[in-house]
Amino acid sequence: MQIQIEMSEIVLKSIEDKYADMIRQRENEDGSELSILNLGPTHPATHGIFQNVLLMDGEKILDAEPTIGYIHRAFEKIAENRPFYQITPLTDRMNYCSSPINNMGWWLTVEKLLNIEVPKRAQYIRVIMMELARITDHLICNSILAVDAGAFTGFLYVMQYREKVYEIYEELCGARLTTNMGRIGGLERDLSDTGFRKLNAFMKEFPVAFKEFETLVSRNRIFIDRCVNVGAISAEKAMAYGFTGPNLRAAGVDYDVRKMNPYSSYQDFEFDIPVGRSGDTYDRYCVRNAEVWESLKIIQQAIDKMPEGPYHADVPDYYLPPKEDVYNNMEALIYHFKIVMGEIPVPKGEVYHAVEGGNGELGFYLVSDGSRVPYRLHFRRPCFIYYQAYTEMIKGGYLSDAILILSSLNVIAGELDA
Amino acid sequence: MTLSNEIIIQKITDKFGEAVTNFTEPYEMLTFEISSDKAIELIQFLRDDETLRFNFLTTMGGIHFPDNGVERQFAMMYQMHNWVDNVRIRFKAYLNGENPEIETATRLFTCANWMEREAYDFYGIIFNGHPDLKRILNMDEMISFPMRKEFPLEDQGRTDKDDRYFGRIPVNANSN
Repeated sequence: MQIQIEMSEIVLKSIEDKYADMIRQRENEDGSELSILNLGPTHPATHGIFQNVLLMDGEKILDAEPTIGYIHRAFEKIAENRPFYQITPLTDRMNYCSSPINNMGWWLTVEKLLNIEVPKRAQYIRVIMMELARITDHLICNSILAVDAGAFTGFLYVMQYREKVYEIYEELCGARLTTNMGRIGGLERDLSDTGFRKLNAFMKEFPVAFKEFETLVSRNRIFIDRCVNVGAISAEKAMAYGFTGPNLRAAGVDYDVRKMNPYSSYQDFEFDIPVGRSGDTYDRYCVRNAEVWESLKIIQQAIDKMPEGPYHADVPDYYLPPKEDVYNNMEALIYHFKIVMGEIPVPKGEVYHAVEGGNGELGFYLVSDGSRVPYRLHFRRPCFIYYQAYTEMIKGGYLSDAILILSSLNVIAGELDA
Repeated sequence: MTLSNEIIIQKITDKFGEAVTNFTEPYEMLTFEISSDKAIELIQFLRDDETLRFNFLTTMGGIHFPDNGVERQFAMMYQMHNWVDNVRIRFKAYLNGENPEIETATRLFTCANWMEREAYDFYGIIFNGHPDLKRILNMDEMISFPMRKEFPLEDQGRTDKDDRYFGRIPVNANSN
């Protein structure tokens, strides 16, 4: 009999919430009524599927327990079973707000492994695409941050320009959100005249609209009151938590992969790295805004300096030949067959390549054993690493602040869970 | 003075001697092996030494080598970055296939927490001293470590796709 009671107690304990004890204790101590709140997994304010179980004292957050993995799709496992060309669509689906950066990051990794030199024109077009992607990424983050703070108008001012960027992507790769852009050694096609026309139109119209967005939001009294000193993190702590990208720069550390290890000819362009001071929500907002202007500067320079020449490297082993040749030319047919069947020569080796993604250092660690598929592919996903700090950043704050902090960190569920 | 790979190798071998082996430089990144019991000591040394200054733990992750001997079937890959001299290094600690265990790096870098949980989740590598070692991306009921090579990717033609609402239990889930 005795044993039975003990068993039921154990069972009860194991299904009981981990905060239950704390709640009882506090009630006994000072009669306060703590409560548990599920923030997520599906809630419009979380911008993605992840859960936080919050222990609340009224409006104040005392503790939080994050759960992630709701859209985990095992990309690293799938990648071990796919030839290189079939891995780009996986990278699209990580940070889907700036998929061209992920695509290019992957191609740059493969090109590093295969020692392929990409022609300048392809590199410049890649830079343009990556910077456009950064702009859309930051636009989403900042305008949604304003929406979360109650300012809906700014969002409507800039959102149509994301559409315009998608139209430019379309000119290059035919797709809009999950772009699957680029090939080993360059791009699948040159950016067409229509593409350049759309790009130039964007460069003319967007700054006007973005200026308007800034005037609406940046100095708005309510917005400033909601953001300043909310979710601040010190530079040391941010570095220990593995922050990179705008979130780290908001804390005052000017680490940027584009400057530190330039790839795809970033050394040819002049741009500054905006930094914040306190690492709070407002600084993150400002850093992202400033980065949009820097991206525009880079794109303008790339357009002005756009070199003529081929848009892909001459690597028939890896780059699909034109369809015309496949039908009429034996050699092209053989290459086509080999590439499509995944029988491309790959050296053994391990390589790490990082690009500056929308949220920070997006790294690809690729181990190749010389077979048609990677032996191991590890994605260094900035979101996954810095989201750990979220619990600490919201503790002691208010629930409404937690929402703003989440938006300003720009946590993208696809990248978080991979 | 910039930090060259020779200086790094010199300093590390002076300190760790036999424990560090196999220095290579694939694609210009210094890569070496460290015996698993010294790995955390090495991370601390790399971080705190005044010349080395590897102040950022970039990433870490497990790798499975089922074809190796039992002593070297798993590896934990660490990558660190010195922002002052802009040098990156990578090192691996090989672990026992039967019982992959290594000390946690969480006391040195907070960011190691989830990365180690990820490695545990995918490979079953145990991190001694980790504050909260449990699955992170997969469901808690899972009993296998899916990134190990013995688990093939699910057959796309599988017809018994299901879930427990139909009274069936996924093959790699704990039935309780």
